[in-house]
Amino acid sequence: MSRSFDAVVIGGGANGLVAATALGKSGLRVLLLEAAEALGGQSRLVEFAPGFRAAPLATDPGWLPPAVARATEIDSPARLSVEAPVTIAAAGEHLTLWRDTARAADAIRPLSHADAKRWPSFIARLRKLAGFLETLYRVPPPDVNAPAGELLSFIGLARRFRGLGREDMLEFLRTLPMSVWELLDDFFESGLLKAAVAPGGMVGVRQGPRSGGTGFALLHGLVGAEAGVARGRAPWRDGPEAFTRAAHEAALRAGVTVRTGAQVARIEVRDESVAGVVISTGETISTSRVLSTADAARTFLGWVDPVWLDPEFLHAVRNIRYRDSTAWVLYALAGLPEIPGLTPEALRGVITLTPSLKALEQAADCAKYGSMSERPHVEVTLPSLHFPGLAPEGKHVLVARVQHAPYRLGNGTAWDAAGRETLERAVTDAIAAVIPGFVGRVLHRTLLVPPDIEARFGLTAGAASHGEVALDQILFMRPVAGWARYATPIAGLYLGGAGAHPGPGVLGGPGWLAAQRLLGNRPVRAGESS
Amino acid sequence: MLKTSPFHSRTAPLVRAQTWRRWAGYQMASAYDPHPDREYAAIRNAASLIDVSPLYKYRITGRDAARLLDRMVTRDVTKLRVGQVFYTPWCDVAGKVIDDGTISRLDEGTFRLTSADSSLRWLAMNAVGMEVVIEDVSERIGALAIQGPLARAVLAQVSPADLAALKYFRLVQTTVRDIPVTISRTGYTGDLGYEIWVEATEAAALWDTLIEAGTPHGITPAGVWALDLARIEAGLVMLDVDYHSAHRALIEDQKSSPYELNLAWAVSAEKGPFNGRRALAAERARGAAWGFVGLAVEWESLERRFAERHLPPHISNIAWRASVPVYRLGDQVGYATSGCWSPLLKQSLALAHLRAPHFAPGTRVQIEITVEHRRTRADAIVVKLPFFDPERKRS
Repeated sequence: MSRSFDAVVIGGGANGLVAATALGKSGLRVLLLEAAEALGGQSRLVEFAPGFRAAPLATDPGWLPPAVARATEIDSPARLSVEAPVTIAAAGEHLTLWRDTARAADAIRPLSHADAKRWPSFIARLRKLAGFLETLYRVPPPDVNAPAGELLSFIGLARRFRGLGREDMLEFLRTLPMSVWELLDDFFESGLLKAAVAPGGMVGVRQGPRSGGTGFALLHGLVGAEAGVARGRAPWRDGPEAFTRAAHEAALRAGVTVRTGAQVARIEVRDESVAGVVISTGETISTSRVLSTADAARTFLGWVDPVWLDPEFLHAVRNIRYRDSTAWVLYALAGLPEIPGLTPEALRGVITLTPSLKALEQAADCAKYGSMSERPHVEVTLPSLHFPGLAPEGKHVLVARVQHAPYRLGNGTAWDAAGRETLERAVTDAIAAVIPGFVGRVLHRTLLVPPDIEARFGLTAGAASHGEVALDQILFMRPVAGWARYATPIAGLYLGGAGAHPGPGVLGGPGWLAAQRLLGNRPVRAGESS
Repeated sequence: MLKTSPFHSRTAPLVRAQTWRRWAGYQMASAYDPHPDREYAAIRNAASLIDVSPLYKYRITGRDAARLLDRMVTRDVTKLRVGQVFYTPWCDVAGKVIDDGTISRLDEGTFRLTSADSSLRWLAMNAVGMEVVIEDVSERIGALAIQGPLARAVLAQVSPADLAALKYFRLVQTTVRDIPVTISRTGYTGDLGYEIWVEATEAAALWDTLIEAGTPHGITPAGVWALDLARIEAGLVMLDVDYHSAHRALIEDQKSSPYELNLAWAVSAEKGPFNGRRALAAERARGAAWGFVGLAVEWESLERRFAERHLPPHISNIAWRASVPVYRLGDQVGYATSGCWSPLLKQSLALAHLRAPHFAPGTRVQIEITVEHRRTRADAIVVKLPFFDPERKRS
């Protein structure tokens, strides 16, 4: 059977649903193909033990640009109010960085008076700089082939829009390439405070806090965050899949045909233009436009016959750094764990267990040489506290996010049973050191190392980021320099996943901008789209 | 340290004037005599032996070998039959030439690519996602050209191959005495001739055999100077002399398309996807901005220019390789990149890039010459390449 559509969107995650909705609303007949049986992409729930579910990649659900929600008529789901977004608990000490700045300062004061005093200005600075990024993330990246003024006007417009002064601008440019270590040293003296904030700069990167550019990664993860928050965006009130449901409904309203369980086998190209999509059953769907929200490696190296692609382009795609080195351990718990000294409120945010910047950096050292950390950085969340439906009654789910566990271990060895057990034990030990009696409450546990994430979520090298969030892989260099504006060397093929600007964590951001490009719409300028 | 060719033990003692040169990292003879006259004469009148081992050579096998080459070069490799050889340029995505060379189909699944510059990285980049094995056999395989009207007669004495039946740009796997070789009817002289591909370990024996069998026919080892004269007469382009690789050019203007190198015949308009396809189709539609043509410099004009300085016309027995301005009606319309005095045609020749529309045959131009430290211009006429194209080359 062969069917024909005006456009085919590959991927049923946030970007795919948003892109398909945008295309459908413009009057195109759109087919959305999702390889998994369920929609949602990275926010998909994994049932890792009977009755226990978690969405490990969506602990931080990300930022939904209001303009994208409005234009696609997605009913923006409500967020929970998390009073304690991040807590550090380590070796008998703990510190909760409350959303309420004054309360956070009060919590910091016993560690350092000076730090408590500086906290409000630090958090305000993060917010201002992340807000500037937020503006840049509403518009396509500048066209580097256009006259040189475009990049400047891109920054200039955004700057005017945000009311950023000269000093703020300098601070922004200074912060991006910084390491979080130096950034935190600039403000604070308490090691515990610094260790509480720093892991935000390690999300989506195979780096420790001493690496340049982790300052940028920290800001990237705070785009769209609530005032006062030092880590992450608040969960949806109605569960990890709330946005998927809303976006799915919007897609259906826009007339999009949605097919799940449809794994793309290849994208057919004729005369350097898209001719169709072939799915793994052999079925061919005719179309002249494909918008892929899979990562660039999967799209170009997996689905397009290389003879249609410039070797230089292929080379650039092959050189995108995926190298995520994040693993997850999902625990099914018999009861709610307690951390002595912590209020139940604190258990509702991220609890980071690594006591110092040095320990964070040491956890990253091994990854450089292709081995897993002996003492990995572990941070945990308890999603069943917010959503009791994720576990059987009275029971709980604990998600441990673990860095670093490289995709490939040194000497190219695969992850074997012994390696998995070593990592799993290290994670369990780290948690047990903070939560007394933890091991006794574990009913089941599942380790997901990067190859597992790759297989389960269709992510190259298990990288949820679709390419490391690094300064040389953002803006007009995302996914590759020269091809950052959603179009690709194949006419009719567009890339609109997290591998394109503005990258991971911006729900529907790349998908929306890619759809605008496909539709030939004038790029939205900063300040026009808010 | 320069490398030495597999024939070095035989060629080195013959380089009487120590006229060595570098060629692709090899120490090679410019000439064996102090000048190329006798060696050139052998190419055109008897038989010459030219060591062309510095060519880069790649053996390409595997399921996608033909696909790899077809996506890389401008000619339609799907039409290359076993035993056939294609000359072809290859381009970047903008349709600018990276290098040129030959592709031989040795058997159904085995190809050999030769190139002037190292091509391993580019091959590997083109092979992404393909099932191929690319082997750099540059050092493992020696290449010896036997070129000249008596080349066939010499080779026929020592090889059982039916050379009379071996057509232009075909090859045969055979032996020379007992040495396994591939003989291709190819060359860089525009004359009747063959190139013999041999395992490096057998190279010296091959040389000895050919010298022994060829001596009664006047076989003469020839160096790069003689080869250069012959290739200019044959109108064959040379990388780094007549054009720059798109991979090495510093600015866009230094790049050339196949259409700008007189290689339109080697670009297939019908074949499947290949690097530069879209750009070349567009260029074909709008017409090339430059032409690569021959210039025949008028003797009377040369004579006059030299006479003004009370000198007889100066004739070099070595080809020149330099960029020389070419004018028409007072304006510069292009530049010549190599040239020579053709001992055979008795004419001063040049290979030149001329801007459209000044490259039509018969166009009268002027080429810059230097007479006794002063720049002046000599009259020349645009001619179609090659300058010299003997019947025997193909017959």
